[in-house]
Amino acid sequence: MLSLIGYILLCASLLAALVQVVSPTIGLLLDESKYYNKVRVFAYIQFVFMFCSYMALTFAFLSNDFSILYVANNSNTSLPLMYKIAAVWGGHEGSLMLWVLILNVWTMSVCILNKALSFKFLARVLVVLGAVSVGFLAFIVFTSNPFIELTPPPLQGRDLNPLLQDPGMMIHPPMLYMGYVGFCVAFAFSIAGLMAENLNSEWAEKVRPWVLSAWVFLTAGIGLGSWWAYNELGWGGWWFWDPVENASFMPWLVGTALIHSVIVTQKRNIFQNWTALLAIVAFSLSLLGTFLVRSGVLVSVHAFANDPERGIFILCFLSLTVGLSLLIFAIKAHKIKTKGGFDIFSRETLLLINNIFLLVAAFTVLLGTLYPLIIDALNLGKLSVGPPYFNIVLAPLILPLLLFMTIAISTAWKSDKPLLVFNRLKKIALIAVISGIAFPLYFYMPNEMVVFIATILSIWTILGPLDIVIKHITKNTSLLLRAVSVFFAHAGVGILMLGIVYSSYFSLQKELVMQTNEFVNIGPYKVQYKNVDLQKGPNYVSLMGNLDIFKNEVFITRLFPEKRIYKLQSKPMTEAAIHSTLFHDLYISLGEPLQRDRWGVRIYYKPFMSFLWIGILFMFVGGIISISTSVIEKRKIQNTS
Amino acid sequence: MKRFYIPFIIFSGLIVFLASGLHNDPSVIPSALIGKKIPEFSLSTLHDKNKEISSEDLTGEPFLLNVWATWCAACKEEHEFLVDIAKRSKIIIYGLNYKDNRTAALQWLQELGNPYKESLYDSAGNVSIDWGVYGAPETFLVDAQGVIRFKHIGLLNEEVYQNMIKKLLINRQE
Repeated sequence: MLSLIGYILLCASLLAALVQVVSPTIGLLLDESKYYNKVRVFAYIQFVFMFCSYMALTFAFLSNDFSILYVANNSNTSLPLMYKIAAVWGGHEGSLMLWVLILNVWTMSVCILNKALSFKFLARVLVVLGAVSVGFLAFIVFTSNPFIELTPPPLQGRDLNPLLQDPGMMIHPPMLYMGYVGFCVAFAFSIAGLMAENLNSEWAEKVRPWVLSAWVFLTAGIGLGSWWAYNELGWGGWWFWDPVENASFMPWLVGTALIHSVIVTQKRNIFQNWTALLAIVAFSLSLLGTFLVRSGVLVSVHAFANDPERGIFILCFLSLTVGLSLLIFAIKAHKIKTKGGFDIFSRETLLLINNIFLLVAAFTVLLGTLYPLIIDALNLGKLSVGPPYFNIVLAPLILPLLLFMTIAISTAWKSDKPLLVFNRLKKIALIAVISGIAFPLYFYMPNEMVVFIATILSIWTILGPLDIVIKHITKNTSLLLRAVSVFFAHAGVGILMLGIVYSSYFSLQKELVMQTNEFVNIGPYKVQYKNVDLQKGPNYVSLMGNLDIFKNEVFITRLFPEKRIYKLQSKPMTEAAIHSTLFHDLYISLGEPLQRDRWGVRIYYKPFMSFLWIGILFMFVGGIISISTSVIEKRKIQNTS
Repeated sequence: MKRFYIPFIIFSGLIVFLASGLHNDPSVIPSALIGKKIPEFSLSTLHDKNKEISSEDLTGEPFLLNVWATWCAACKEEHEFLVDIAKRSKIIIYGLNYKDNRTAALQWLQELGNPYKESLYDSAGNVSIDWGVYGAPETFLVDAQGVIRFKHIGLLNEEVYQNMIKKLLINRQE
């Protein structure tokens, strides 16, 4: 019964989405405003149906309704409540439901928050958003229905994948999806702008908060994902250049480029086509990411063969969406009029350079991600290009990016003199170079040149915007807020960079077998192994290690790394225990039991690991401040006029 | 303004390539090394830094040389099969640990089982270049005379393995 209601609601929202596309399209073609000035209503109706359908599925999880196949595959009576809610998006079908629900939330937000948009423009935006929704809903209804019944219903479900049973994993997918889907708004605005042949600074001002919001969510999503990997995988690593991670990193890189390009369009009324193209690319990569992760293509292209319906649908949908939007771009772009030019040495040029670095970085990640898939698709075998590739190709792209970041924010729009910029930055450059050489030399004596370069550039990236904030402190609030948002975002990159470099170059690791009361020294710490005892969780049993941590012979804390064995899964899951301070992490995970009272233990000492998370948090905060500044500025303009 | 068509054209090209690629009947990349003696090398083993194994030590009996690394996701999938054949058949398998971290690799073998008689530790990937390794996993079949008879790029499975054994037998009869 529940499955039937859910399915009908799902079909109803597909119908509403269709109307949301068709009615205004007819209206726009015939130039009859009565067909498109009510378009908001269809978006609201679609949202209500979708929301109810999603709730029906959630309810099925909460009530352990194993007569629904998807519930039986992804839940279990002993699953804790919060994981039952999260289990809704634990599999392919449900995660697509979440995707569409989030798309509906974004669409609603556009309807509610962009009151000032003309009916015609809004209609165009909603047609695009509706069309994407139709595609996804059709995909769900025809190939991935989450409401398929299972008769007779089993007494017990199969349980949620234990890897996903972690608080971080609960918020990670919705955050990531908010980011992915958020770029759909920028995409829709770009297509609507191209159709209207108008991508002026007013357009950019409207689209900017949407781009920023999507980027903020994506940043949070990626950060949480890395945090999860760090805590859960037990290797002390946080980024593995796994295709799933790359799928979120590519839209992030292009989204970052887009944020900056939108600023140029807003301020200077140029780069309009470039901004529109970036929005299209960012969304295309988001779509690719969603499908790569969700289609099973990543595990093996042969998933296509096992499930040809899904595979072909995805290919057609992707090529249609991306192809059509690029075609619209091709036809309309030359009609967009660009006013005003800029000198070779200007902030515009520098932003363009960084845009290109970001795009090339995204492209190399794409290549590294797709190359193994293409090789596999051509039946040439399976291979991984692995971290060596990514580390080698990305370092030369990221380091100059850092260099230009601070130069760009210290250079005037339109035209500037290199000498003036040099004078503005020479003090910071001097501090960065001296501290960037002295610091690693004093503490770590590194052999690698790249450590010095990265440290100098990171400090440079942090100090540059800080200097501007100080200079703006007496100016008006809006300018100060802008400077503060730039500081957080840019300094975040620098801090993150420090975290990455120091935690990877100077981490210590020990993998050993320990028995009761045995000591081991690592960095400034002394770790004493006590024992491993058995603990019971709601749907797992845990082998929990007890290890005492000493520093200078003083007891600091006790860490409890775990090996969890979930009832319905055979593979044990690792839960690392971390003693985290600002300047270093002590990370312990359990290996294998060897003999009685003897356990394999992995201990890592990771300097500056917290900087990584702080850096990501800074970028996130920078994005939030920037959004609020846009809103405040808009209010002010409305008040004065 | 033709330049605005460039993104569309690139994308269309990509789609056409992918679509046609899916229906191609591709053949395995031929390796220049097939039918030739194995390249000369000397490497330390994964388990013992001080123990060196050279190409001469390997000749005498037919063996498989499997290129693997802990950073390679497909290798993990393949590993089960290797452990399986190591158990049920007499064939010697050598591992060539490719651009990897020694501790991680040892941990991996401890957790997943060790199908290799010996694993060579090629952290810089120099020896792998001589062997013409594209990526991991890759598997070479070498006969008793030390001549490379077969090379497989990608996951090893039952079908490929049987095929390899057949080749070995045919060569022996010749």
